[in-house]
Amino acid sequence: MERFELVSERRLAERVKEYVVYAPEVARHCRAGQFIILRVDEEGERVPFTVCDYSREEGTVCILVQEVGYTTAMLARLKKGDRLADFVGPLGNPTDLGGYDRILLVGGGIGSAVIYPQTKQLAAEGKSADVVIGARSEDLLIYRDEFARYAKNLYEITDDGSSGRKGFVTDVARELFEKGEHYDVVFAVGPLPMMRAVCRLTEEFGIPTVVSMNPVMVDGTGMCGCCRLTVGGEVKYACIDGPEFDGHKVDFDEAMQRLRTYKAQEEEHMCRLRGERR
Amino acid sequence: MLRHKMPAQAPEERITNFREVALGFTPELALAESERCLNCKAAPCMQGCPVGVHIPLFISRVREGDLDSAAKVLLADNNLPAVCGRVCPQENQCEKYCIRREKLGGSVAIGSLERFVADHANEKGIAPVAPERGSARVAVVGTGPASLSCAADLAKAGVAVVMFEALHKAGGVLVYGIPEFRLPKTVVAKEVEKLVALGVEIRTDMVVGKTVLLDELLAEYDAVFVGTGAGLPSFLHIKGENLGGVSSANEFLTRVNLMKAYEKDAVTPVQRGRNVVVVGAGNVAMDAARTARRLGAEVTLVYRRSRAEMPARAEEIGHAEEEGIRFELLTNPVEILGENGAVSGMRCIRMELGEPDASGRRRPVPVAGSEFDIACDEVIVALGTTPNPIIKRSFPALATTPKGTIVADENGKTSVERLYTGGDAMTGAATVILAMGAGKRSAHAIARELKAAGKL
Repeated sequence: MERFELVSERRLAERVKEYVVYAPEVARHCRAGQFIILRVDEEGERVPFTVCDYSREEGTVCILVQEVGYTTAMLARLKKGDRLADFVGPLGNPTDLGGYDRILLVGGGIGSAVIYPQTKQLAAEGKSADVVIGARSEDLLIYRDEFARYAKNLYEITDDGSSGRKGFVTDVARELFEKGEHYDVVFAVGPLPMMRAVCRLTEEFGIPTVVSMNPVMVDGTGMCGCCRLTVGGEVKYACIDGPEFDGHKVDFDEAMQRLRTYKAQEEEHMCRLRGERR
Repeated sequence: MLRHKMPAQAPEERITNFREVALGFTPELALAESERCLNCKAAPCMQGCPVGVHIPLFISRVREGDLDSAAKVLLADNNLPAVCGRVCPQENQCEKYCIRREKLGGSVAIGSLERFVADHANEKGIAPVAPERGSARVAVVGTGPASLSCAADLAKAGVAVVMFEALHKAGGVLVYGIPEFRLPKTVVAKEVEKLVALGVEIRTDMVVGKTVLLDELLAEYDAVFVGTGAGLPSFLHIKGENLGGVSSANEFLTRVNLMKAYEKDAVTPVQRGRNVVVVGAGNVAMDAARTARRLGAEVTLVYRRSRAEMPARAEEIGHAEEEGIRFELLTNPVEILGENGAVSGMRCIRMELGEPDASGRRRPVPVAGSEFDIACDEVIVALGTTPNPIIKRSFPALATTPKGTIVADENGKTSVERLYTGGDAMTGAATVILAMGAGKRSAHAIARELKAAGKL
């Protein structure tokens, strides 16, 4: 098999695909919580994705991709056996929840892909974690069976109630906290507004919270400074200092602003991809 | 006889394109300039060349019309002459020691002649040939100027060399940092091709310290050279610096150069402000300012000291001025102003020069009450860079200074057996040619060590 070849691609939900990539060098040192940067083709941009699973034996790394922009749309066109131009990593630091016993993992949208390897690893370490996953609707809930296998308790919730329960992940978490469930730490990954909401809630209950940030990056090795964010009043680089940070210290408003920087240009690209004119 | 000037694109024309500004000597100009060389016995120019090019000899070959042998003389000592002929600060190197200087019509244009000969070599495919290889294997980390120079000299000594590059393309700062209009990427590609022809293997998408660890390399190879440069950008640490529209020069230049964001259909976006402020006055600041100008912006460069202290090459400052970059000297940013999360201006304060500081330059001090605002929609911070911490964090045994540079002796030998370094990773941000000189020194030290061990 060739370096960076797609071993498999699988649609998990509308606009959400799972890709398994042959990248033995990346798989060799890869650990939960780290990310990779890929380019689809020789003209492509560099885009970071969090690793959601890996196999050292098979030399593969799995990522989950939601079609939101030009590059992810180009990715969605690839088939098994196609090759990516580049796939570099593992970058960033692995998740470190070593000092905690009772853990609540919260995943929003495809952020669930990031808490999945952690759930699996905690189960392997004999520490069972509770998991809350949420999405807009039931078809966007991912890895339900996998979570059910590794989580002690799995709670699912959707914005539209299509999975049975209607509401946000914070509704479930608040209920658990108010019921007196004790957690040493909360690990929350998802869209910025969701992570911010979880952090506000856990602050109220005094529970340490770790979040995984996914800002725009170019090189992913500390060179461009594009992924910088403010954590506890200090400037940090998500690529080399993160991607995981103390959620109670992250300046989410600033992170949201920075994410908007290239929005107009991205939209223009999407129009071009669809053959539209602006 | 006066020094001959290299033809260049006219300023009003070149700000509309990314093509090379300096066009190179014509054969006539090269011949005429070569005749200015006095062929001094003592060759004072050579003491200014960190890689020891035999300058009078290659110039005399040009004068004789034998460009092929001029190329061979040049290539014997310089592994990247087409790059050096374009980006070396010759006025502070070889040309500084030329006997002619001001008295005799100006120093010989050694850099321009070097470029002329190097381009001839590339056109004719004149390149060094690889000797028979011994059993020795060396890993070179990074593919910037220090590493390329080290790898080439090792290969020429018969060592099997494998280079590890974190990005998707080899060349380091030559491809992500220096703009196309100063150093065309095809020139860098040619130099890299020559290295591959020498038998050097280049592995891209390999972050040493992440994808492969230094201890793994030390276990697999006879020696390792770390030429990872100084890649971490410094920021101002003032209010508003994280607003949308503020970037480091590294980010801005990487998007434009490596990711080709200047091309119409490029996938990678780049900020295209109408009014851009660049902070800093080094070569990188000039590169950023001139790049922004070519993307259609009105550009103001803000620097806290005066013109005399600007660290950029005189030629680059001149080019920037010709291209309509406005200089606000003795001016320091105090805050970046924003509206809805994006840059809308920069608040600055006037400075005056006080007593000399540790660097020997007069320290700029703020003039009370002199704050004023510059309206802008993009800010590029070009305040220099520091070494990347990835190597150090993944390999604590390696001794580094508080500034993050790797501790090493004059041959680049580090605190770890068989581990060498050179270039910006060792010295902090400096020039391409100094990095090349360091790579060369380490290559020779490594080769000596390998010979002593009977592997070469």
